[in-house]
Amino acid sequence: MRTLRYLLEKEFKQIKRDRFLPRIIFLVPLMQLIILPFAANFEMRNINLGVIDNDHSVLSAQLVEKVVASGYFRLTNVSDSYDQGITSIESNESDLLLEIPVNFEQQLGREGAVEVLIAANAVNGTKGGMGSSYLSQIIQDFNQEKGFTSGLRSGGIRSTSLFNPHLNYKNYMVPGIMVFLLTIIGGFLSALNIVSEKEKGTIEQINVTPVPKTLFLLSKLIPFWIIGFILLTIGVIVAWIVYGLLPVGNIGIIYLFAAVYLIAFTGLGLAISSISSTQQQAMFTAFFFLIIFALLSGLFTPISSMPHWAQQITLFNPVRYFVEVMRMVYLKGSQFADLTGHFVVVCLFALFFNVLAVASYRKK
Amino acid sequence: MNVIETNNLTKSFGSFTAVDHISFEVGEGEIFGFLGANGAGKTTAMRMLCGLSTPTSGQARVAGFDVYKETEQIKRHIGYMSQKFSLYGDLKVWENIRLYGGIYGLSEKRLAEKTDELLAVLDLESERNTLVDALPLGWKQKLAFSVAIIHEPRVVFLDEPTGGVDPVTRRQFWELIYQAAERNITVFVTTHYMDEAEYCNRVSIMVDGKIEALDSPAALKSSFHVDNMNDVFHALARKAKRGE
Repeated sequence: MRTLRYLLEKEFKQIKRDRFLPRIIFLVPLMQLIILPFAANFEMRNINLGVIDNDHSVLSAQLVEKVVASGYFRLTNVSDSYDQGITSIESNESDLLLEIPVNFEQQLGREGAVEVLIAANAVNGTKGGMGSSYLSQIIQDFNQEKGFTSGLRSGGIRSTSLFNPHLNYKNYMVPGIMVFLLTIIGGFLSALNIVSEKEKGTIEQINVTPVPKTLFLLSKLIPFWIIGFILLTIGVIVAWIVYGLLPVGNIGIIYLFAAVYLIAFTGLGLAISSISSTQQQAMFTAFFFLIIFALLSGLFTPISSMPHWAQQITLFNPVRYFVEVMRMVYLKGSQFADLTGHFVVVCLFALFFNVLAVASYRKK
Repeated sequence: MNVIETNNLTKSFGSFTAVDHISFEVGEGEIFGFLGANGAGKTTAMRMLCGLSTPTSGQARVAGFDVYKETEQIKRHIGYMSQKFSLYGDLKVWENIRLYGGIYGLSEKRLAEKTDELLAVLDLESERNTLVDALPLGWKQKLAFSVAIIHEPRVVFLDEPTGGVDPVTRRQFWELIYQAAERNITVFVTTHYMDEAEYCNRVSIMVDGKIEALDSPAALKSSFHVDNMNDVFHALARKAKRGE
């Protein structure tokens, strides 16, 4: 064990002297946590709306005003005919058309009901779908305000959002992004480490010493493990200061999972590093895995809306489990008892990747 | 007593036989020159003796341990310095000494003594806190050699230790080698400098994976009827069919 102490001393001195690493360790989490939640936002705002007002009445003007006042829409086009409206969609000027028929006001007053047309550009399905549903909701509101019966029959259903009452996407994204951060540090940085010793030739000198390979790998794993904890702590603080987000559940659970999760990903990184002979190779391999892991993790898109086969693949993705745990603990306040299954899986991943790392590192 | 013994040691890569049935012994405290043109198989042979590569066939024992089964014990009793400088450039001089001394199990007290002693011998006291990357090549090589024998191994393997080093520093380097041999450390060295071959107790010359000659420099010169090692080397290496 004395040997490990000397090896660790060496690793920490090298990390400290690295011009690049210490900065990355602090800058990456800050940037990612501050910028990404705003960018990876599924809330639809600034939907470009084209209006075809065939009525030109007070009431139609009030409707348009209400729609724009909702904040979700930006009035970009006012046309006189449906064809003109379509042209504005084709030129990307509008995403959504609202056509108000002739005699809108009159008919409403007389019959209490009238049909308006909503046409959505569904090239971006989410935008189209969310846009038209926002729009019909606003029209429904408008009807109620004015005391008309709604054309859309709502059966008195009220929905309440639990755990994230304001449907704030940042609350949803921030815990997930923290997972991604740990993944990058564990996976990428460790993948570059052993292979850089290969490139410099220093590993040759270590290989002729009696240092057992498990000890050498351990001396590589521990520093990244500690760095991961520092990062997680920075992440938790940033989430609290910038987004006012604190875990509803026990923060200890998050650290416990992070401990095992970091071991898993550092193991993967070291395995990649052992099989690669240049840093480019290692970088590419790590990149390949991380992209797949990220896209299939449920971080950006819900797993339940993936096709069945893709859902099956996510079962083999460690990122998926930790993202779920983070969201459950942060937003729902889940207890460890709710997460034992996740914990076992993450432990198995840690074991698997590290056995892989030891097996792929050859002293010869 | 022999520190290295090989018997028909062979290493093949597919159909290519890099080292072809070599047999020799090296005694304790001996300086053994392992010569040969580029591609003759010197480095491959040396890597097998260091436990870095498993032989295809034949036997070899280093410091009394078998190169197939006891590579980890071999590693405790040898030192190795590769062609490529391989100390940590981003560590200071004393930190490199401490790291390797520590790995080989020197006590803290012994480490401190050894560091002072080593820096004094190398005349590097003023560079104790210099990053190794900042040292001139010759100094680096002397440091690498001293680190390779920090644990007083039975034998030290040097793979072209003086490549690219100026003649004055090379001379100093060989003084270090002599000092090590006086302490009964066997020195197994490859080189392309024939003047260095003259400094060895015995030399072997490898051609195309085989050992073509093995004797003291004086005996080799007289049997080839020439007056320097350079001519001995030319007479043998001319037969080589392998290029670089």
